[in-house]
Amino acid sequence: MARRVAIVGTGQTHHKSHRLDVNGREMIHEAVTRALEDCELTISDVDAVVIGNMDHFESINCVDTWSVEGSGGVMKPILKVSTGGTTGTSVAIAAYYHVASGLFDRVLAIGWEKNSESDTTGAIITCSDPIWDRFSYSGAIPSLATEASAYMEQFGATQRDAARVAVRDRTHALNNPYAQMYNRPISIEDVMESAMLAYPIKLLDVCPRSDGACAVVFAAEEIAGKISPRPAWFKSCAARHTTTWFGDVDYDTGLLSLQRAAREAFDKAGIRNPADDLDVAELYLPYSYAGLKWIEALGFCGPGEGPRFIWDGNTDMGGRIPMNPSGGVISTNCIGATALLRVAEAALQVMGKGGKRQVPGVKTALATGFGGCWWSDVVVLSKDRPS
Amino acid sequence: MEKAAIVGVGQTKYERRKSGEIYYDLVYEVTTRAMEDAGYTLDDIGDVITVSNDFWDGRTISCMAVQEAAGAHDKNVSTVEGDGTLGALYGLMRVLGGSGTTLIVAHSKGSEGDPRVITNAMFDPVYHRSLGLDAVSSSALQASAYMSRYGVTEEQCALVSVKNHGNAKNNPFAQLPMDITVADVMKSRKIADPLKRLDCSPVSDGAAAIIIADEKHARKARKKPVWIKGAAHCADAYFLGDRNLAEAASLREAAKKAYAMAGIGNPAKEIDVAELYDAFGFMELMWLEGLGFCDPGGGAGMTESGKTAMGGPIPVNPSGGVLSAHAVLAAGLARIAEAVLQVRGEAGPRQVDGARTSLAHGINGPCGQSHCVWILGKD
Repeated sequence: MARRVAIVGTGQTHHKSHRLDVNGREMIHEAVTRALEDCELTISDVDAVVIGNMDHFESINCVDTWSVEGSGGVMKPILKVSTGGTTGTSVAIAAYYHVASGLFDRVLAIGWEKNSESDTTGAIITCSDPIWDRFSYSGAIPSLATEASAYMEQFGATQRDAARVAVRDRTHALNNPYAQMYNRPISIEDVMESAMLAYPIKLLDVCPRSDGACAVVFAAEEIAGKISPRPAWFKSCAARHTTTWFGDVDYDTGLLSLQRAAREAFDKAGIRNPADDLDVAELYLPYSYAGLKWIEALGFCGPGEGPRFIWDGNTDMGGRIPMNPSGGVISTNCIGATALLRVAEAALQVMGKGGKRQVPGVKTALATGFGGCWWSDVVVLSKDRPS
Repeated sequence: MEKAAIVGVGQTKYERRKSGEIYYDLVYEVTTRAMEDAGYTLDDIGDVITVSNDFWDGRTISCMAVQEAAGAHDKNVSTVEGDGTLGALYGLMRVLGGSGTTLIVAHSKGSEGDPRVITNAMFDPVYHRSLGLDAVSSSALQASAYMSRYGVTEEQCALVSVKNHGNAKNNPFAQLPMDITVADVMKSRKIADPLKRLDCSPVSDGAAAIIIADEKHARKARKKPVWIKGAAHCADAYFLGDRNLAEAASLREAAKKAYAMAGIGNPAKEIDVAELYDAFGFMELMWLEGLGFCDPGGGAGMTESGKTAMGGPIPVNPSGGVLSAHAVLAAGLARIAEAVLQVRGEAGPRQVDGARTSLAHGINGPCGQSHCVWILGKD
């Protein structure tokens, strides 16, 4: 049977729109060094490395072999995992399986992106099928705009409702010195007055492009407690990369991949009522409208109830289920690292290392990843060792 | 390691240009074949690992295109970017971690891209890319380093091409079955000194898939399971100038670990057949040494003496190897598929008599920076 696995250390860079001072490998090295310092290990303690990003952003082929000087992977087993926006959670899940399989004891998971070196939208455009999908759903925003419009039409949600989500995440980022948007709070009026990108999505509704890296150390049950006094146990995970075509996505229903992944991961973790059984959620919300609709797919509230749930303050710091204490994706988006940052931030909360962004008394934390063609990954971490 | 087995394999025929099929079609073809081979339906498949590369597919999130074709709908799925042997290794981890069964599928259509541009992108964008380094020219540097270190001749390297293209005549999936001589290799067009056209693998279109199962699920498969005795990977340094290109240090390390897992003390004796990633003729010689089949520098002698030929004590690449069919990414998975067929005794005219233990090998990155070694067995 699978071994139990825990996160024992995390590290991240101070994310910026443009890191002029480092190259990609140096940036990776920063995150790795911080993760190893966090759990007082050295690179020689690491048995294997898993790394992920998106090839066409930096235009580097075989990033696993290119990055060894930064990742510390020289003369170690290295593996690259890449699934688009979900890359970071896919990397975390791969690191989990490295250890759960019994093949490795201490594994380093790395996600990174240097978006300043990329034509991000130019690269993302090519993910959709060149014949069927590329002219309608090219780039990241068009299918999101479709979803947002459908949601507003269906439930009467407004642009102000969405703006409230963006304001929440940017307000939370006030507590996170690593966030790109650290100390740059916004108001609902700021969001409403920002430039329209694709109706109803405006500039301040969406994530930025960041330079940054994140590293997370996974350890086997026999040694996790020795490395960290309070490890974050990997309770469950699930991935659903459900659709291949943007035209197949049903924009009138909830986010199907997240519903399915959450159902499996919550079942495995024994979570019946997410809003009560989870203490904090780090969600991959690439734009504000997702903060209304996707929390419904996760079962935090019923269909169409997202706006009410948000306005009532349930998801703010101090609320019933604080979401994105880190400031979330709207405050930092180094794409290959983005979903791994969700896992790292959830782990920080469980380990009690959240600093100013710590939610008191966290026992169970949720991290999600989103990407590809409306795909979702779900990870549940816990203070308690899985039975 | 707990017990796990390979219960199904599928390959396309490898061709220079599959103009009638897009790459999703190739993935569907081999996924279906692997399931038929195992006697499984899609319901019997737990997790799915796809293997793709955005450069070779010419698309960002290249795995997106193959989700349906790989049967990944509503399953736990992930994607490895790298050689198929590495995808298979993640599949093995999934099985050992409780998935029950995992399907691994790799594809590529080299005909739709420019291999020089794609492999040039492996190199450092600041220092090395503008020198024009690519898979062929960097391997030529490695060939020179290796030949100079051990006094290996071009003729000796050519023996590998002669052997493997000859073996390919027994493999219906191979792209380049050929009767050639050392003289043919020597007079073929120079590509990058000392590599000539017949020293180099082609770039093929094709796909391969395998299914890994735990002991319980393996018993339900249609055919006898081929057990995974060991699997390990390791990566060397990145900059070519930092490496001793004449030695495969990371292969030695990966092999050492895989042998330890499999309880193999004397690989040359205990392994009955090997499928190696011979992207260039000289590489097979180097990998023989890295795998400990012979001493450093002994690869050429071992090949000259016929030890790696069909009928020899350890036939290498009965399928014709990567020299005879090179669908990048899929090529490593094809090595595993061929190693499975050998242990099953299902390799047809390319069967090595009495093969009980086989070895499969894949590489990733420039000049075999990263290696992955698999040991499979009947028992």
